[in-house]
Amino acid sequence: MKELLQQVINGLSLGSIYALIALGYTMVYGIINLINFAHGDIYMVGAYVGFAVTTSLHLGFFPSLVISMVVCSILGVIIEKVAYKPIRGSSRIAALITAISVSLFLEYGMMYFVKAETRTFPNVLGKNSLKLLDGSVVIDYKNIYIVAITIILMVALQYIIRRTKAGKAMRAVSLDREAAQLMGVNVDRTISYTFAIGSALAGAAGVLVGVYYTTINPLMGIVPGLKAFIAAVIGGIGVIPGAVFGGLFLGMIETMVSAYGGSLYKDAVAFAILILVLLLRPSGLLGRNIKEKV
Amino acid sequence: MSKKVSLFMSLILMLSLFAGCSSKATGGNSDKIKVGLNYELSGNVATYGQGLVEGIELAFEEINKNSGVLGKQIEMIKVDNKSDNAEAANVSTRLATRDKVVAILGAATSGNTKAATPAAMQNKVPLISASATADDVTVDSNGKVREFVFKTTFSDSFQGVMMANFAYNDLGLKKAAVLIDTTSDYSKGLSKNFQDTYKKLGGTIVTEEAYQAKETDFKAVLTKIKGTNPDVLFVPGYYEEVGLIVKQARELGLNVPILGGDGYDSPKLAEIAGRDALNNVYYSNHYSSQDNTPEVVEFKEKFNKKYGKDPDAFNALGYDLAYFLADALKRAGAADPVKLKDALAATKDFEGVTGKITIDDKHNPVKSITIIQMKDGKPTFLKKLDPQ
Repeated sequence: MKELLQQVINGLSLGSIYALIALGYTMVYGIINLINFAHGDIYMVGAYVGFAVTTSLHLGFFPSLVISMVVCSILGVIIEKVAYKPIRGSSRIAALITAISVSLFLEYGMMYFVKAETRTFPNVLGKNSLKLLDGSVVIDYKNIYIVAITIILMVALQYIIRRTKAGKAMRAVSLDREAAQLMGVNVDRTISYTFAIGSALAGAAGVLVGVYYTTINPLMGIVPGLKAFIAAVIGGIGVIPGAVFGGLFLGMIETMVSAYGGSLYKDAVAFAILILVLLLRPSGLLGRNIKEKV
Repeated sequence: MSKKVSLFMSLILMLSLFAGCSSKATGGNSDKIKVGLNYELSGNVATYGQGLVEGIELAFEEINKNSGVLGKQIEMIKVDNKSDNAEAANVSTRLATRDKVVAILGAATSGNTKAATPAAMQNKVPLISASATADDVTVDSNGKVREFVFKTTFSDSFQGVMMANFAYNDLGLKKAAVLIDTTSDYSKGLSKNFQDTYKKLGGTIVTEEAYQAKETDFKAVLTKIKGTNPDVLFVPGYYEEVGLIVKQARELGLNVPILGGDGYDSPKLAEIAGRDALNNVYYSNHYSSQDNTPEVVEFKEKFNKKYGKDPDAFNALGYDLAYFLADALKRAGAADPVKLKDALAATKDFEGVTGKITIDDKHNPVKSITIIQMKDGKPTFLKKLDPQ
């Protein structure tokens, strides 16, 4: 029982990170039907920005989180303008290949600048933890930060999408781009907003991972990127609550398989679930509600 | 996989054909002896490769200053294998065929050394690793000794056996949990020998769990291990993951001793795990700079003068490796790879800073092992264990 509780906490922290990255995938897919494979690498850049800000400027956790989100959102918009906008009318395979190229470019471009070696993120949050039930369940403050920041960002995202003009435009463009354009929505700007918000979330995830796991390297975005993509698909790609649900679901499954099955099979189980979902519910577990699409 | 291997083999065959066309001289006629260095200078185990190369460079510098070997200067050809199996194989082929070196030193890890082996065997160039601890580096799957492959470090079986002895006899711990890296031969080798010996001694293995290199989240598996109440946790792995494992284990309140092998030996370990988490951690190593024998003290002084820091085990192993090669070259009497191979195999009681080395009939050295204890992130010399 105590062990289960601890595993739930482990799963929630891991799942929150997947959820944050998955949101960016799902937002971009919802609006221009592009699987942005460079998204995992934006998360990596976010971690490095956080690292640079905390080690050379000696700023605390929250300023570095904000700076990293800002830098990543600018990077996301630049990537969209330079790489994706010129081929927006081309076939989907061309867009996909471009996305993969951007991903490789970011990975190896970063490696050129920061070298391949692993860096250690400074401990900016201290070492406190809560011990429950005679120390058999340990909640690190970092776990609380991760889950809390994830929830705050998701609430903010919901607010932007539901209550602001830009959010309304996003929903309109994702529903029917041409009709939205005819109604006077600036489609280019809306797409830029989407990339900016999605990338900012990835940047936040990068800093959180840096703080939580302490090691960062230029290829750190590949596996979480893939997992977040799976999370987005499981939840229903293009559906925002689906990404959150998918991320938490995947984090929990991985943890529980490690805990009660075999630690060796956790990736196999994650992919098996993906295949099952694609077979049984191709639009994802929460994929029916088209109106939620952004 | 087999297709890849056969493609690779045919590539080597083709390359050796080309090699046959050019002159057969292996550097023996020139006034220099060429030695190839195939090391991990970048990538995820770069600190091992860089450490070894620092030691090798210091040793060859000294040797060259003292008029070289056989009246000739040693010329190093240093190539980066990027901590990658395929690249290690390429580098080995290049050194053997294009540069025509008399011997190849490297690679640092067992996996990369094994990848570099076929090219060395094919071209009949001795390959010596100072840190590949896998048992099957010098011996193939049929138990046949690889003629041109040598190592100057103890084997995984030996590290696993000694750590099991240490845990059971010295620390008096009877219940062990094992956490292995399934992507690494090194980790699996140590784990198997640890478990066999530990059970033979009368201990129980309460659980065996696994992870994969480059993972960052170990909390699920560590929580599970904590639930089995072990006395000791054996984690034969490399410093990147081990650092995170130690950190996360301590965060979860799993405070039992953590034991491992020489893969822990890197300043990055303390950086990743954090100094206060690195207590009650023991590992087997080749050498400790706190060892007070005269050879070690002298080596420390020389190393400090050149690099401005204390040498670690990889520096010491690299230093020994270079002198080990020079010693065999002298006994071979010529810079000829085949004569060198015979001289290497006949090495007896070579005195190095990491201990006295005698090469046995399987091309493995017989030498003692050092146990290091981590205290607040600082490696401290605990004791030396001799082979039984």
